[in-house]
Amino acid sequence: MSLQFNNEQMTEFKRLVARYPEGKQKSALLPVLHLAQDSFGGWLTTEAMDYVSVLLNIEPIEVYEVATFYSMYNLKPVGKFVFEVCQTGPCMISGSENIITYIQQQLGIKPGETTQDGIFTLKLVECLGACGYAPMMQVGKIYREHLTKEKVDAIIAEYRMQVAAKN
Amino acid sequence: MGVKLLLEKANVPGIRTYDVYRREGGYATAEKALKEMTIESIVEEVKKSGLRGRGGAGFPAGMKWSFIAKPEGVPRHLVCNADESEPGTFKDRYLMEFLPHLLLEGLLISSFALGSNDTYIYIRGEYAWVADILEEAIVEATKNGWLGKNILGTGFDCMIHVHRGAGAYICGEETALIESLEGKRGNPRIKPPFPAIQGLWMRPTVVNNVETLAAVVPIIKMGGDEYAKIGVGRSTGTKLISACGNINKPGVYEIDMTISVEDFIYSDEYCGGIANGKKLKACIPGGSSVPILPANLLLKTAKGETRYMNYESLSDGGFATGSMMGSGGFIILDEDQCIVKNTLTLARFYRHESCGQCSPCREGTGWMEKILQKIESGKGEVSDIDLLWDIQRKIEGNTICPLGDAAAWPVAAAIRHFRDEFEWHIHNRELSQTSNFGLQHYADPIHVPA
Ligand SMILES: Cc1cc2nc3c(=O)[nH]c(=O)nc-3n(C[C@H](O)[C@H](O)[C@H](O)COP(=O)(O)O)c2cc1C
Ligand code: SF4
Ligand code: FES
Repeated sequence: MSLQFNNEQMTEFKRLVARYPEGKQKSALLPVLHLAQDSFGGWLTTEAMDYVSVLLNIEPIEVYEVATFYSMYNLKPVGKFVFEVCQTGPCMISGSENIITYIQQQLGIKPGETTQDGIFTLKLVECLGACGYAPMMQVGKIYREHLTKEKVDAIIAEYRMQVAAKN
Repeated sequence: MGVKLLLEKANVPGIRTYDVYRREGGYATAEKALKEMTIESIVEEVKKSGLRGRGGAGFPAGMKWSFIAKPEGVPRHLVCNADESEPGTFKDRYLMEFLPHLLLEGLLISSFALGSNDTYIYIRGEYAWVADILEEAIVEATKNGWLGKNILGTGFDCMIHVHRGAGAYICGEETALIESLEGKRGNPRIKPPFPAIQGLWMRPTVVNNVETLAAVVPIIKMGGDEYAKIGVGRSTGTKLISACGNINKPGVYEIDMTISVEDFIYSDEYCGGIANGKKLKACIPGGSSVPILPANLLLKTAKGETRYMNYESLSDGGFATGSMMGSGGFIILDEDQCIVKNTLTLARFYRHESCGQCSPCREGTGWMEKILQKIESGKGEVSDIDLLWDIQRKIEGNTICPLGDAAAWPVAAAIRHFRDEFEWHIHNRELSQTSNFGLQHYADPIHVPA
């Protein structure tokens, strides 16, 4: 198998599995899938899921059925930065629709799509537990709250700069 | 200023760190519990406090603890429910983000009382940075001897583990949470057996909400009887309310359940009134699942009495004219908001979150969303309202877990109290696409028959 955790990722894997009793290593599946997704390019390929099944000593189907159930696992490639904008009631009544339209215009993509340059993906998601700080979106590990058009502009510029700096 | 038991220290700079938390008197209560109290006396204090589960159902915590089975040689587990995904609810996040050690102290005392050597915090996957804060706090607490082996020389071992979910509201339901913690899809289990008998890995398990477990600290500190003196009736102690929507000061507030709904909305100490000088139209007082109320039934009960922010008063009038305390997610809608559209977003939420095990929930949530979408986009018929009513009735009470009810109630309450607005949408197909039904009569005084 070509795809593997590096040493650091392997150490993290072991730390995750150690939280559960002997023989209950399957319990680590959700955290390990997060680790795999973060380690292997932001989404879960069949190869990645099969690798996880080998590591945890469970059947591949046990991994697939879980990966397809939870909304945080990407089963398709995504951009470097995924804008997950909340569209549920409390955010909606606080103006999320305008923000969603604005992001679509600025990035030239619809929900579910990725920009041609592979930098941004737009996703509409359900309540993220930030209703008092609406409108909001999650980008990677962090929440971007109290969004305005100006803030969206600044955020897009910020990520574009990050990518430019790396190239 | 009301009494603050949980958030009293939230603004102390650095309170997130062990050193500051400890300097402010933190872990002294855990020390008292582990060194000076018996398991039975801790459970007894929690019972006396009258503390009701803060996750939504309001079940008495002390009673739940006393149900846990204690078969010889089988480990028991405490699981802290930090899945917090009910729209409108963001209080547990606040507690964990700013006072992680308060939660750990509550978990330590509760783990001791329940005999849990391995306690799990199941946190929603999106709260990734909050999980990091908790992990850091666990490292600090372990370094200082509050977690690990033989804590304070008492012979009690306890480790707390953070387990991140991966995006599924249903995993907040306690048996789905347990399935998820076992590395499976979040499909709720059929009860019985209840988790207290066969829960995580078929071992006796107690699942409690973050706020419930944090409240154990002030209860043990002051004693159950003193705690029960705060509040009113069976609404004892303090409650965190996460307020959002069209108000001036959205945020997390700790209230002592004697404040009126009106004061909570309009006083500067709490919500600070409706934003932009608008008028109050409606409110969902306890998270998206509980019935929405028009302004007139929110501020006063159908009997014309002042409504208060507590379990009994919010549910006064039953579902006909009342609502519920629920999870404390308090959502305010102003006069510009469309009830049909708001209900549609909630219906979409429940369709998205249904685990799909039971047909009434899986199919019904999909149909409700479709019909609401039709009405909202100006293509509805009057018969659609009756169809919606019929579908929600067929879901309620006919499913494995309460998500079905949670999906049905918001639709039922919207039709019950705002039928006029639904009809207006249907009769004004074009107008409804460009303008709004507005406040109408929803804030008018209710005629109370003598
Ligand atoms: C669909 C659904 C979602 C739920 N989500 C949560 C949640 O996010 N957090 C929570 O504490 N309880 C949630 N609950 C309630 C739990 O099943 C359980 O009653 C609660 O965690 C018990 O803790 P408590 O008694 O301390 O409130 C949910 C219930 C249902 C049916
Ligand atoms: S009521 Fe809905 S969420 Fe609950 S078990 Fe049935 S299908 Fe799943
Ligand atoms: S509704 Fe958007 S974060 Fe809760």
